[in-house]
Amino acid sequence: MADKKKKNAPPDAQEYQAFQQQREVQRPIVKNCIKAFFVGGFICFIGQIISTFYIYFFHFTEQTVGNPTVATLIFITMLFTGFGFYDRIGQFAGAGSAVPVTGFGNAVISAAIEHRTEGFILGVGTNMFKLAGPVIVYGVFSAFVVALIKTILIQWGGL
Amino acid sequence: MLTGHQTWVFNNKPVIISTGTVGGPFEANGNIPNDFDLLHDDMWLKQDSFEKAQQTLMEEACQTAVKKSSIEKEQVQFFISGDLINQITPTSFAAKTIGIPYFGLFNACATSMESLALSAMIINAKGANYILSGTSSHNAAAEKQFRYPTEYGGQKPPTAQWTVTGAGCALVAQDGQGPKITSATIGKIIDMGITDPFNMGGAMAPAAVHTIETHFKERNIDPSYYDLIITGDLGHIGREISLDLLKKRGLSIQENQYVDCGLTIYREGQPVLAGASGPACSAVVTYGHFLNRMKKGDLHRILVVATGALHSPLSIQQNDPIPCIAHAVSIESGSDV
Amino acid sequence: MMIFFWAFVVGGAICVIGQLLLDVLKLNPGQTLTILVVSGAILDGFGLYEPLIDFAGAGATVPITSFGNSLVHGAMAEAETHGLVGVVTGMFEVTSAGISAAIIFGVIGALIFKPKG
Repeated sequence: MADKKKKNAPPDAQEYQAFQQQREVQRPIVKNCIKAFFVGGFICFIGQIISTFYIYFFHFTEQTVGNPTVATLIFITMLFTGFGFYDRIGQFAGAGSAVPVTGFGNAVISAAIEHRTEGFILGVGTNMFKLAGPVIVYGVFSAFVVALIKTILIQWGGL
Repeated sequence: MLTGHQTWVFNNKPVIISTGTVGGPFEANGNIPNDFDLLHDDMWLKQDSFEKAQQTLMEEACQTAVKKSSIEKEQVQFFISGDLINQITPTSFAAKTIGIPYFGLFNACATSMESLALSAMIINAKGANYILSGTSSHNAAAEKQFRYPTEYGGQKPPTAQWTVTGAGCALVAQDGQGPKITSATIGKIIDMGITDPFNMGGAMAPAAVHTIETHFKERNIDPSYYDLIITGDLGHIGREISLDLLKKRGLSIQENQYVDCGLTIYREGQPVLAGASGPACSAVVTYGHFLNRMKKGDLHRILVVATGALHSPLSIQQNDPIPCIAHAVSIESGSDV
Repeated sequence: MMIFFWAFVVGGAICVIGQLLLDVLKLNPGQTLTILVVSGAILDGFGLYEPLIDFAGAGATVPITSFGNSLVHGAMAEAETHGLVGVVTGMFEVTSAGISAAIIFGVIGALIFKPKG
């Protein structure tokens, strides 16, 4: 789509785009990946500590401990988002703080806080999932397709 | 009067008799805090939304400009202004408070010079005695409108720019003491097919180049005529690209003669990435910093080229390129003209 | 106790994949997270995600990929007892915690905090 548009652009625009791209400050990809690795790894490490805590003190099992861990992490995210730290961590860590479930929590909570000035029904209620919505929509839809295929294969394919 | 195809030369020399500039906490901590008339240490300005805070910024800039002059608000005929937020809501609500006849404009970050050029034209044609001309922006309101919620932890690339929280307003009059507006070149939309909303400097540079080149050609003058050529908010990347393009077109502009408001307002070390942006950027830096320097006498003739990226959240989602514009206004110190 | 180490490494590695999607393909965060969630669902379709959780613990359950994995899990568990209807009805059985926590703390957050700007 983008390539097609580029080919249709007038020659001076194409020339400028090439020139501009040369002069554009490149994203520091390696540095960003290292930062994402350590921050993302650290968040998962905290998650593991929380999981272990729940297993030892509240007798959850390895299979069921995911839920309370996720809920706890999202609670912590609410505090970080509300006190205005999470956006700074995000600028530093990029995907490191966006990919863990805390990033999902931050997307929901930041949108909810941002739109409170438009009221709790139309502001908070309608806008809460404006960033995190696609994750739920396509997560559910792809899970539906995967589970459907698998069920059909198991029931009729004798898998 | 009309000179060439898109340039006005103002024979009656409209005067900027006073200015008002207001900034937020990030600007107070910046490079030129002394050039602001009023600085706030709270992003909310005690209002209950960012949009209302921006409205307050605009109102205060206008009130300051009127207070600093010797006239009363009732003597002002028109208020010409605009901003970035939802159908220029903050400006229209500010116009309600100010209560004088109002023209609402939208040219994104080029609104500052668009409104100054139109004010000068109306004054020059004796269509008014006094006009308030200004614009405002608010960092958090702009982030909410164009990007993500302010507390969302998204990573911005090094080409992104920081929207200024502030408002700048000039009171333009038929005659009086102050810098004179001598000419204006109205730009046309230049679209080079750049689609990245996090690289506005790169998108707007060709528009700035086109307007600057046209200005010199139509006024038949040389870049050395001006002490400074001041671009609105090109940032590091846009400034360098446009300077190279101008040199390629055969305009001899010195490195230190070509400055950018977006690189003037903040200090080194503030997390602004490629520089500042927003309608208020060119307004507060021109009406505050550069006009102050002109009053002190270290500048005599300046050309302010405000650049605007006219995209909307909708056009970006629909994968359209960013249409860009630049308007140039020349301001010369009173004693020289 | 090696699980702490592997949680760190695997979790970090998934984030690096996300960072590459952001920086190299220049996707926005929404697109990146959507791709990761869909990948999680597909990996579980091939039965590959569960071994990763056994190996890395929170390193595999905390990244958003696990959301896709648990959606498939819920659907499959229900499908075993109710057939194809279960695919639709069982979807949220396992994942409810992430979404309900986000909604609850989102509303509480909006009640007590103002955006800092």
